[in-house]
Amino acid sequence: MDDADLRVDGNALAGVLGEVFVHEMTSARIACDGCGAVEPIGAEHAYMQAPGIVLRCLHCEDLLLVITRRGGRYRLGFKGSRWLQIG
Amino acid sequence: MAHVSRGFRGKRVDQRDESRLPPGQYLVEDFPVLSAGPTPYTSLEEWSFSITGDASESKTWSWEEFKALPSEDIRTDIHCVTKWSKLDTSWEGVSIDTLLEEVEHDATHVLAFCDGGYTTNLPLEDVVDGQAWIAFAYDGEDLEPEHGGPARLLVPHLYFWKSAKWVRGLRLMDGDEPGFWETYGYHMYGDPWREQRYSGD
Amino acid sequence: MARAAVLGRLNWRLGEVVELIDETPRVRSIVLDVPDWPGHRAGQHVDVRLTADDGYQAQRSYSIASAPEDRRVTLTVERLPDGEVSTYLVDDLRPGDALELRGPIGGYFAWEAAMGGPLLLVAGGSGIVPLMAMLRHRAVSVPPAAARLIYSSRMWEEIIYRDELERLAGQPDGPEVIHTLTRAQPPGWTGYARRVDSQMLAETVWSPSSMPATFVCGPTSFVEAVSHALVLLGHEAKHIKTERFGPTGG
Repeated sequence: MDDADLRVDGNALAGVLGEVFVHEMTSARIACDGCGAVEPIGAEHAYMQAPGIVLRCLHCEDLLLVITRRGGRYRLGFKGSRWLQIG
Repeated sequence: MAHVSRGFRGKRVDQRDESRLPPGQYLVEDFPVLSAGPTPYTSLEEWSFSITGDASESKTWSWEEFKALPSEDIRTDIHCVTKWSKLDTSWEGVSIDTLLEEVEHDATHVLAFCDGGYTTNLPLEDVVDGQAWIAFAYDGEDLEPEHGGPARLLVPHLYFWKSAKWVRGLRLMDGDEPGFWETYGYHMYGDPWREQRYSGD
Repeated sequence: MARAAVLGRLNWRLGEVVELIDETPRVRSIVLDVPDWPGHRAGQHVDVRLTADDGYQAQRSYSIASAPEDRRVTLTVERLPDGEVSTYLVDDLRPGDALELRGPIGGYFAWEAAMGGPLLLVAGGSGIVPLMAMLRHRAVSVPPAAARLIYSSRMWEEIIYRDELERLAGQPDGPEVIHTLTRAQPPGWTGYARRVDSQMLAETVWSPSSMPATFVCGPTSFVEAVSHALVLLGHEAKHIKTERFGPTGG
């Protein structure tokens, strides 16, 4: 099993982000605080098989966004991202 | 409830021994790989394990020194917060008691820290007295990187997110501090028998 | 580039299975009648949720295979060896069953004819599904953008939509379809017989100066290798959209 087997991309976040945001979020752009790269969420590396969803910068693998949920309550941790541009 | 899908059962294995399953868990026979990031690959030459703390001396073991310590075979059930449980898993590891013998401290809690930046917090009393190990083998083989190799923390009486993969040390603390998943809403303690998945449970 | 859409809440709804089509020994298409379906863009997906009678749930995402112009929603699912959802969908589902789904989802990996071409599609295994929605949409759009598909399958029998792709390719203004068969080839095969690599892409894709809208879909390792190779050939990363399916293609 190599690293590629563990990840998908931000397209996989579309459903859960669609529960929280009214905008389509895979085309939202996110800026990495580590390396400065700006990409659409759909292109970033997503790790879905965990107690929560983790989005990492596709260039440097730094953490961008962590999503956990408990029923209808979502906690979004944006540590590692400089900004998120929606719409 | 959501629409029931005719005939859908899912991958659960028939429960043979319900008393060994904490509430809300289902049994699996494979060993799912859960990951929050790319697998770190640390060579054994670079690897070290440390016990550190502000109010205590530090102690570090190289891989050779670590493997020279007495180790134990452990056979235990493991329970993941994502609801799967696996019974009778077998591991080999060094007891945390063995490692802590060499460090004087008066810590109340520990924070496990790992390659890749993952952390998790535990009360000290939950990692002593034969409850926790640094495991380097699973099912008779060297622990594979995707399951946390070369070594991971093993604390089977708590949800498995506390059994931190790619562990590189324990930081001794005199208070509790949330680690990675705890910061994002998971329970500070994580007892599967009281179903302590999220903070507030 | 299409502007991001404002969607409103994404809700679960029930679709009725009206037809099942065996595409290959492991792949089946599921045609659904979904009341009040809001329409979708080619490339988007749905989330499917299965619930057992004790409340246990499993959820997966599946790309929509049908064109936006089709009033029914078609999903194409590959049965994975240990897949609890895919096994149910490919082996157990029957016409008349209800399937819980929500969508359409996704805006980054989507194409419509108004976005223009040329359209470059690179598919690995079941990664063909969202790209097929794009080709089906393209087939009813006027004028059709130039399109080229490079499609990697293990063997002839496992090419999903094989006959339909041949038919589309045979039409005037049809897409060019280039297959590569990585594991076994039929007798007399003169096409590519290996995994997609830089050399194959150099021989088959348009030059970067054509600035194709590029979509790559399939297992994660396939997608990353192909997009990396395209960038090395001079294609701009921002024109390459990717959808990774994970280790085994969905």
